[in-house]
Amino acid sequence: MSLLVGTFTIGFILSLLALGVFISFRIFAFPDITADGSVTLGASVAATLLIHGVTPPVASLAAFGTGVLAGACTGTLHTRFKINPLLSGILVMTALYSVNLHVMGSSNISLLGVNTLATQSERIGVKLMRGATTFDLAGWEVSVRDAMVLAAIVLAVLLTGTLLYWFLRTNLGIAMRATGDNVQMIRALGVNDGNMIVFGIAISNGFVALSGALLAQYQGFADVGMGIGMVVWGLASVIIGEALVGTNQLGLTIIGAVMGSVLFRLMVAVALRWGLSPNDLKLITAMFVFVALIVPQFIRKGRMWGAHA
Amino acid sequence: MRMLDIRAVSKTFNPGTPNQVHSLRGVNLELTAGSWVIIIGTNGSGKSTLLNAVAGTFFVDEGSIRLAGQDVTRWPEHARAELIGRVFQNPFSGTSPSLTIQDNLSLAALRGRGRGLGWGLKASMVARMRDEVSRLNMGLEERLENAIGSLSGGQRQALTLLMATWLRPELLLLDEHTAALDPKSADQVIALTEHVVGRAKLTTLMVTHSMHQAASLGDRLIMMHRGQIIHDFQGAEKRRLRPDDLLARFEEVRRAEQLDESAAEMLAENYV
Repeated sequence: MSLLVGTFTIGFILSLLALGVFISFRIFAFPDITADGSVTLGASVAATLLIHGVTPPVASLAAFGTGVLAGACTGTLHTRFKINPLLSGILVMTALYSVNLHVMGSSNISLLGVNTLATQSERIGVKLMRGATTFDLAGWEVSVRDAMVLAAIVLAVLLTGTLLYWFLRTNLGIAMRATGDNVQMIRALGVNDGNMIVFGIAISNGFVALSGALLAQYQGFADVGMGIGMVVWGLASVIIGEALVGTNQLGLTIIGAVMGSVLFRLMVAVALRWGLSPNDLKLITAMFVFVALIVPQFIRKGRMWGAHA
Repeated sequence: MRMLDIRAVSKTFNPGTPNQVHSLRGVNLELTAGSWVIIIGTNGSGKSTLLNAVAGTFFVDEGSIRLAGQDVTRWPEHARAELIGRVFQNPFSGTSPSLTIQDNLSLAALRGRGRGLGWGLKASMVARMRDEVSRLNMGLEERLENAIGSLSGGQRQALTLLMATWLRPELLLLDEHTAALDPKSADQVIALTEHVVGRAKLTTLMVTHSMHQAASLGDRLIMMHRGQIIHDFQGAEKRRLRPDDLLARFEEVRRAEQLDESAAEMLAENYV
């Protein structure tokens, strides 16, 4: 049971990453690799601040802020210096590797015995349960810590998702969505598309860094290698989410990205349970995204073939 | 009053390469406020390039452009949008396909203005949208929440025109905005254009391929060839023009061109 709760928790934490990838890949069609670096950036900034006694919410917000900065760098490289989007992301991601090592001072930091969002919610939970550390859920024994952390994460994701939905429906948000859709039109309506891209990629990486900060607090450590393959992970979540909701209505696509992330994490947990070696995880993820990307082409071809026959 | 003043504007694309094209060669054009000028010309004559130069799609190499009393020569495209409404040839260019009709209109309602965290679709705004869209007589007022991508080219062009003029533009640029439409939709969009431009007396610069449109619309007509204005018909002279007259002018240009080439050949044979 605690395994299942843990799976959900990580799924929800990474859904913030999926929302970030949704903004860059889907709204701007900007293949932003920076995310691989900003997951770790968020984790290392939050971990370092926590060790120095900063309160967990402030540390998490600071992580969000540094992610915004990283994204703004990538956006600026692309818009101001006309560097290809993919390369802009690679440059910033590579630079972030050194930045992250500097922030942490070593290749990893343990948060053992440090006050984090996880320990905070555990304390609140134990207080609520009058000292009990486990409770009974439909016959399963669930630890209060796990349940409270999951509840806190779900709340955070709910809040972030709602904020994003609200933002994308403001005048600024509509202009941002239109920028990814039709640059010619948005310029003709007086929007500086370059600034829009910088702003959008910045927010995207803010979400990704926040996801990294929460992940570090949940698993109790930050590691310089933890961001590898995260973009592909986020992309897989977004693709699954789109298949789940099957529409491009804004609110549903956001919900879809969150659901996709949780479902993908569940699928991975099941695969690992069945004996998939953790070493093969990135390979399987990449193959999964590859298949998800080409399947629509095959369906189209199949239809055309069917029409000819 | 002068609304648009184009002075000695030149533009060369791909300078110094084999693909070098002198698209505009010292073009001068003044538009008084409220005038509707039609631009015709052969392929590659620079008529669309002239519109894009005014819109700021690129900076001109030489010359200056003044619009509504301001020198906009060095203004980037998005800054000029404050003064200019545009409809493009491609019906896909003027709207954002995955956004709804009302989202698109809300974008147009802030053309050239700051965009903040205000709600894009206030009830009063949606009511005005419904009202304005119903005047297009396309039944779109019931589909305000549909994505624009699901509409036909004619419907999209009509909406683009509505968007371009939602806030009164100092200058309206129409770049062959019916060329990609079927005849029936083109007629609808032209009728709408006459209504919109006429009602608000908008200063308008319109490029067209249709000799019929060129003869029947507007109060002034200029003909371009090889990056220059070669004819300028105004007032009574413009009103007398018929499509056949315009075709005759094109024929003249073609003959002059042939003469030039054969003359050049003869000179080359005799003297080189």
